[in-house]
Amino acid sequence: MALSGMRGLSVFISDVRNCQNKEQERLRVDKELGNVRTRFKNEKGLSPYEKKKYVWKMLYIYMLGYDVDFGHMEAVSLISAPKYPEKQVGYIVTACLLNENHDFLRLAINTVRNDIIGRNETFQCLALTLVGNIGGREFAESLAADVQKLLISSSCRPLVRKKAALCLLRLYRKNPDVVNVDGWADRMAQLLDERDLGVLTSSMSLLVALVSNNHEAYWSCLPKCVKTLERLARNQDIPQEYTYYGIPSPWLQVKTMRALQYFPTVEDPNTRRSLFEVLQRILMGTDVVKNVNKNNASHAVLFEALALVMHLDAEKEMMSQCVALLGKFIAVREPNIRYLGLENMTRMLMVTDVQDIIKRHQAQIITSLKDPDISIRRRALDLLYGMCDVSNAKDIVEELLQYLSSADFAMREELSLKAAILAEKFAPDLSWYVDVILQLIDKAGDFVSDDIWFRVVQFVTNNEDLQSYAAAKAREYLNKPAIHETMVKVSAYILGEYGHLLARRPGYSPKELFTIIHEKHPTVSTSTIPILLSSYAKILMHTQPPEPELQNQIWTIFNKYESCIDVEIQQRAAEYFALSRKGASLMDILAEMPKFPERQSALIRKAEDAEVDTAEQSAIKLRAQQQMSTALVVTDQRPPNGMPAQPSIGPLSLVKVPSETVDSNPGDQGLTHPNGVVYKEDPQPPSQDIIGDLLGTLSIEGPPGAVAQSPQSATYEAEGAPSAADAAALVPVGEESGSVQPIGNINERFYALCLKDSGVLYEDPNIQIGIKAEWRAHQGRLVLFLGNKNTASLGSVQALILPPTHLKMELSLVPETIPPRAQVQCPLEVMNLRPSRDVAVLDFSYKFGPTMVNVKLRLPAVLNKFLQPITVSPEEFFPQWRSLSGPPLKLQEVVRGVRPLPLPEMANLFNTYRLTVCPGLDPNPNNLVASTTFYSETTRAMLCLVRIETDPADRTQLRMTVASGDPTLTFELKEFIKEQLVSIPTAPQRPQGPAAPPPPVAPASQDPGALLAGLL
Amino acid sequence: MHYTVCKELNSVILSVSSQINFVCLISRQGKVRLTKWYSTYSQKERSKAIRELSGVILSRGPKLCNFVDWKGHKVVYKRYASLYFCICIDEEDNELEALEVIHHFVEILDRYFGSVCELDLIFNFHKAYYILDELLIAGELQESSKRTIAKLISAQDNLVEVAKEEASSLSNIIAQATK
Repeated sequence: MALSGMRGLSVFISDVRNCQNKEQERLRVDKELGNVRTRFKNEKGLSPYEKKKYVWKMLYIYMLGYDVDFGHMEAVSLISAPKYPEKQVGYIVTACLLNENHDFLRLAINTVRNDIIGRNETFQCLALTLVGNIGGREFAESLAADVQKLLISSSCRPLVRKKAALCLLRLYRKNPDVVNVDGWADRMAQLLDERDLGVLTSSMSLLVALVSNNHEAYWSCLPKCVKTLERLARNQDIPQEYTYYGIPSPWLQVKTMRALQYFPTVEDPNTRRSLFEVLQRILMGTDVVKNVNKNNASHAVLFEALALVMHLDAEKEMMSQCVALLGKFIAVREPNIRYLGLENMTRMLMVTDVQDIIKRHQAQIITSLKDPDISIRRRALDLLYGMCDVSNAKDIVEELLQYLSSADFAMREELSLKAAILAEKFAPDLSWYVDVILQLIDKAGDFVSDDIWFRVVQFVTNNEDLQSYAAAKAREYLNKPAIHETMVKVSAYILGEYGHLLARRPGYSPKELFTIIHEKHPTVSTSTIPILLSSYAKILMHTQPPEPELQNQIWTIFNKYESCIDVEIQQRAAEYFALSRKGASLMDILAEMPKFPERQSALIRKAEDAEVDTAEQSAIKLRAQQQMSTALVVTDQRPPNGMPAQPSIGPLSLVKVPSETVDSNPGDQGLTHPNGVVYKEDPQPPSQDIIGDLLGTLSIEGPPGAVAQSPQSATYEAEGAPSAADAAALVPVGEESGSVQPIGNINERFYALCLKDSGVLYEDPNIQIGIKAEWRAHQGRLVLFLGNKNTASLGSVQALILPPTHLKMELSLVPETIPPRAQVQCPLEVMNLRPSRDVAVLDFSYKFGPTMVNVKLRLPAVLNKFLQPITVSPEEFFPQWRSLSGPPLKLQEVVRGVRPLPLPEMANLFNTYRLTVCPGLDPNPNNLVASTTFYSETTRAMLCLVRIETDPADRTQLRMTVASGDPTLTFELKEFIKEQLVSIPTAPQRPQGPAAPPPPVAPASQDPGALLAGLL
Repeated sequence: MHYTVCKELNSVILSVSSQINFVCLISRQGKVRLTKWYSTYSQKERSKAIRELSGVILSRGPKLCNFVDWKGHKVVYKRYASLYFCICIDEEDNELEALEVIHHFVEILDRYFGSVCELDLIFNFHKAYYILDELLIAGELQESSKRTIAKLISAQDNLVEVAKEEASSLSNIIAQATK
């Protein structure tokens, strides 16, 4: 048996392996951890060998999946050992245990730097490897220059230089400015002449990163890349050891072609010719061979060549060659090649106009939808989705429907969403669309989101031709003995509204409709009952002259639900009962639903917003770009303002206020809107609403002046929509036609970015502004990604930052024009000077054609970004808590009007804001204790402690205590948390309720929780 | 001014350039034999990733392709006897290239240990880390010559040997003093 060379380590590993079960293993590991901990405590007596051994044990335990929360210091300290064996272990274990954000890493910067600039080659290698693997921004700032020197040094050996190249690549990723040195492009070009292929491979990776960000500076590298590729592809002068299964370094070939893909074109005709010759050679000369590794390697090169051809948008001849190749690939037996064939066909759809050629392979692609491998099925689904248009929608959607019944659960939701979107976009006729959606619900009800059936109801309501057809269909489905509850909802709704249109047909009398709907009543849940009640009320209304028997039956039902525990049901029942006794006036009140305003499909938006699977996303977006079929244009148009897409309104909404006649009163929309009926059950997850609502208040705190400058743009942001319903509205405010509308909700995007660090800040038909942020202590670095979506340039681009006084912000130069389909990255440095809840604003404008677009966007550089989660132990907490004895360092407030949240959800909310909830510190299960560290220039790192006492009897109030070493911080943090907990938008002044519950009195003991309670 | 040619404009944000996010070796029983993280993951995210991936990959049958979708990334994996070698790459990366990085790594391990088996990697997991560090840095391949890597590793082994001999020839006191 191979042994580690360290006896103690081998024994430990054997012991762990001999454990019979997980429990034994845990015991053995705990014992070892205890042992290591004791040994580290008495560090004096530890020999370098022992230290090394223990550090390896820690890494082994860590790898097994156990938390190792000590000993990091010892691992880091080994880095400064004078001898190679210890130093090596120090470097390797540190690089495995820690990540770039770890504080201990900073302690090592000096040692690491000394090793890098020192003369010991082996030490240089160790140091470069560590920095290359886990170096962060601080490393980038202090080491980049040294690393650069090593890379181009003529006295360094290749083994150091190749590491220096990749180390520099890492540092560049962390801070692109470190390589912005005059003349660096020339150095890169020189590096591409490198003889040593190890150095060349590493340098090529570095080049890929550099050109992906700024290809213009590196034009001089382009011909050299082509030369390198030529040399490799022709196997000229390649040492034997750099061929892999006979192929000259496939990795270097792939990298070189990757670098070439970042240059928009190859202008020089000679270079271009050479490049195309090589590509042609690769495309034609790659054969399928027996050896799997050789095959993989040659196809890795081939697929990269395909990507490069697509990118260069070559002569049509080569493009069709590519499609032909892909067509061959999707039919082969080898699963990897089949997978990649499908994936690359989907990519090809994005860049060129090859849809028609790809359509020829439709049958084959559909076969792959039934492949045994889910990875392949996913790619096939993406491709079918991407290639669908009016001409093949019927076939493809019907295929998807058929597949739905046998598809894995993991794919059903995605499948049904995609089928629904395609059906909507490309329906050759509307009745087909209704058929598809009903089939979808029938086959995969559990996976059909509410949006899908809401959407079909919208279409039926807006298209009179469709109404009786839909009613007849709904009736057919109700005949089935067992149907999904969603089907009950949609059928009941449609029959209630439009069943009367078919009253003359046999089987469609009010009585029969009622009976068939009511048969389903015992099987449904409370969310469906309100819809059934509405449906009964409508049936009753359409029964003219009244049938006493039916009336009695329905009234009995209403009566029964008048005492229902569910308020919604109870109120509907009571109101319908009262209304239905009003005789003729019922007709007015319960008249047919008015038409819905035209709006973008919630489904498509959902698909766009979904961040589940980017592959799926890209395909969906690709689809969304394409022309919509005109088949489903909704007939009636109302001014789009103020119409929530999924309004969540009161139970009375079914009832049309008599004074408001259909469509005649668009101004009167603040009141209950007639369209709302079905939507009582708001499909959005409640937590999302809450966060949206809570964050809505942040805008109030925006810097004065910045927000209010442009009334037009203000509608996009601060005033936008604090309420969930409004947030769902696609077009927030009606504006003069021709103005550019944002895509998606700006507020939602901002709130989402307050919680995460990358995503889209703003999007309209012309531009997409993405953000990627990194936060470190009191500093932050945001990169704005300005992507031009058009095939024309965007001009007069301007970005101004309006920072609040507590932030120092510096935006790098923003170019005045953004070329077609290009993306510009503008780094923005942020420094937090002191605690404040004010928000910075980006004033962004550009010109597209004659239109000037100006938006003001809040930037997610908010207070919680400067928090670092920290867990404190009782030993740390109590002395702190005690020492911060009262105002202004410790503030207490009873907060009322709190959004009622179950405690675990509140804890989650805290954790997402980087306030670490410390369970077990407070003995009262209704209380929460949390801690965090706040960073700003004035306060430095400052520990903040928070305690929330809730009242289980009244979740709308709580008592909050916030403590920190800085009075402003305490105040701002308290207000910040309050904003997250309170629903400001609707906050009515509540009458002064009873004071918050007194803190629980617990007997003083050594129990930390009890101790805390005593302190409070 | 930084320009990026937008190949897939619709992808939310283009990463500066793609790379290997992490490498892990998982046994058929779900035991982790090696993990190396090139992108920044917290401890929690690390364990979660490993847990989820083991679930996905270990349950896949033979004769399927070597790629799985995972949280907007792709994981390229290959099984060698009782061990699964997994590499997590970005969406737009070249899958086959990554697959052959795995095989390249395995060949180097094989050369070093002489018909490598899981036990070698269990008891000499530190060697596997040394070798991996000569193969990849910053999630990028640094060396494609097996011979060069073998030479470097044996040079390292020599250094350790030499130091060991020196240490044993010196008195403990000196060893202590230089600690």
